[in-house]
Amino acid sequence: MSDRTSSNAYWQANLRIIYICIAIWAVVSYGFAILLRPLLAAIPIGGTDLGFWFAQQGSILIYIVLIFWYTARMNKLDAEHGVDE
Amino acid sequence: MTQFTLNLIVIGMSFALYIGIAIWARAGSTAEFYAANRGVGPVTNGMATAADWMSAASFISMAGLIAFTGYDNSTFLMGWTGGYVLLALLLAPYLRKFGKFTVPEFIGDRFYSRSARIIGVICLLIISITYVIGQMTGVAVTFARYLEVSNATGLWIGAALVFMYAVLGGMKGITYTQVAQYIVLITAYTIPAIFISLSLTGNFLPPLGLFSTHDASGMAFLAKLDQLVTDLGFRSYTGHHRSTLDMVLFTLALMIGTAGLPHVIIRFFTVPKVSDARKSAGWALVFIALLYTVAPAVGSMARFNLTATMWPGATTGDTFSQPAVSLEAIETAPELQWMRNWQVTGLLAWEDKNGDGLIQYYNEAGAANEPIASVIAEQGLVGNELTTVNNDIMVLANPEIANLPGWVIAIVAAGGLAAALSTAAGLLLAISGAVSHDLIKGTLAPNISEKTELLVARISMAFSILVATLLGLNPPGFAAQTVALAFGLAASSIFPVLMMGIFVKRINKHGAIWGMIAGMATTIVYIFVYKGWFFIAGTNMLPDTPDAWLFGISPASFGVIGALINFIVAFLVSNMTEETPAEVQELVESIRIPRGAGAAVSH
Repeated sequence: MSDRTSSNAYWQANLRIIYICIAIWAVVSYGFAILLRPLLAAIPIGGTDLGFWFAQQGSILIYIVLIFWYTARMNKLDAEHGVDE
Repeated sequence: MTQFTLNLIVIGMSFALYIGIAIWARAGSTAEFYAANRGVGPVTNGMATAADWMSAASFISMAGLIAFTGYDNSTFLMGWTGGYVLLALLLAPYLRKFGKFTVPEFIGDRFYSRSARIIGVICLLIISITYVIGQMTGVAVTFARYLEVSNATGLWIGAALVFMYAVLGGMKGITYTQVAQYIVLITAYTIPAIFISLSLTGNFLPPLGLFSTHDASGMAFLAKLDQLVTDLGFRSYTGHHRSTLDMVLFTLALMIGTAGLPHVIIRFFTVPKVSDARKSAGWALVFIALLYTVAPAVGSMARFNLTATMWPGATTGDTFSQPAVSLEAIETAPELQWMRNWQVTGLLAWEDKNGDGLIQYYNEAGAANEPIASVIAEQGLVGNELTTVNNDIMVLANPEIANLPGWVIAIVAAGGLAAALSTAAGLLLAISGAVSHDLIKGTLAPNISEKTELLVARISMAFSILVATLLGLNPPGFAAQTVALAFGLAASSIFPVLMMGIFVKRINKHGAIWGMIAGMATTIVYIFVYKGWFFIAGTNMLPDTPDAWLFGISPASFGVIGALINFIVAFLVSNMTEETPAEVQELVESIRIPRGAGAAVSH
């Protein structure tokens, strides 16, 4: 049974990390780049506004950071719960 | 040395490299054929995944799509990269832990049902076959343009090459050729981009050049471009002109569609460990981003160069400070040779409609309230005189527009071929795996030995190549429409069923089967209602216009709604039927934990 509780704690922690990442992913792509673009219009960047930058460049860079952060976080979590390889 | 000889040498060298790799990386077992023996490092796999994923559409068409639409088509940039976040977080590590060879195999085992597996195979075949047609036509067109052979000859040469490394090497051969193809295609994409960014903005990094100053006018580049295109009656480049709801849904459809494409998912079966699958998705996105952050620069700068060629005054001063380019210059000037080259292909065309000896390029529909209106009145213009500008020109003609040396043009040709061939090979592997492993070994003849299965896999591969080539020779008229279908199906059937299989134990076989059928059926019907049944022109029941779409949702975005329907149906049906069996719940528990993935190698 100890195995099962440990894996449950592991799984819950994993889900929490996934929620955080998905929230950032959604805010960047659908928020900053599209829906919230009018609110960011006041912040100029290279002849246009911040929303345009997020839509054509910023979101992609943040996706990369997100995946590597998730990977590092999960490696740590795997080790803590003794489920790493 | 003529351009033709240069093209021949560069393309020939790239092909010799692929064939060399094919001979070196032969597959000796089914584990090597389907999953490269799970011995591919995360960085190598990331690079192979990038080539696998970036197709003729990414390489040739995407920059053009962005060039002529601007901000509104950022959907492609975010949609085709954001899916990797979903893959890394929600699918790749768990499917790698599961440790089998194909996507339908997971569906069949997790939902303890042969029917579910067969439905998975059907989805996979529809998605991958529609997708591969586009790649084969891409190969044919590139060959025809650069090596002056017929489309058919080009296609057979491409097919013979894929046959060599895919049939011999399976996943192992494909992986290492894809790495080589990635290097060829990224070099081909970035070299012209660097030259163009340097000449326009003085910044040699195109992604930075996009947001810096246009040297000749001293204005911010994007502001200059906005001004130029609106002067001519086009919509502003950086403005938002499209339905916000549809933009959100289309981006989401591309993201979950990307995460649900079987040929991308199987690439993550080749790494040794679960943590490598996560890391590998990150590396794949790094390599993809090298092209995807350059593409918007290529698109906008090529649009600027093209427009400024038509209105020479635009480069340094006001758009109309000099007259439009003359017909005589287009037909004789050496620096406009590229216009004559591309006129031959039919992708570029002009006509001096009012006979004034000048070719005026503008947007008839949006001219009324813009500066072009007074020019129209003064010069007696009767219509836009640059009558055809194909999107694809933006990448293919780029080196010529910027007057780059011949070897750059040859590398772009080799890059276009590498993009199309690497994606075709990945798709063909997904198709042949579904046929030999899921249909034949999994259903029709479960008792065949591993050696026989390897032979069957090779025969299925050869057969798939033949079918893809024949379809490429006679592409159905709807080839261009099928991208919507492939992404819609991947989003509405494969992505939800995989995600629920991993994250929700309660979903049982009835839920999965009815969910997939409901998601797939609603998506296909919605697409056919607007695009015509089986894409036959004239059979559409409603006009394909934003006004007629349900809540303004375009057929290409409907995969998201299909996925939602899939989730809802699966939950309802599962809750009304039996509990998932205990051994299947155990299976789900085991794929959620990374430890033990190495053992799966010996399957």
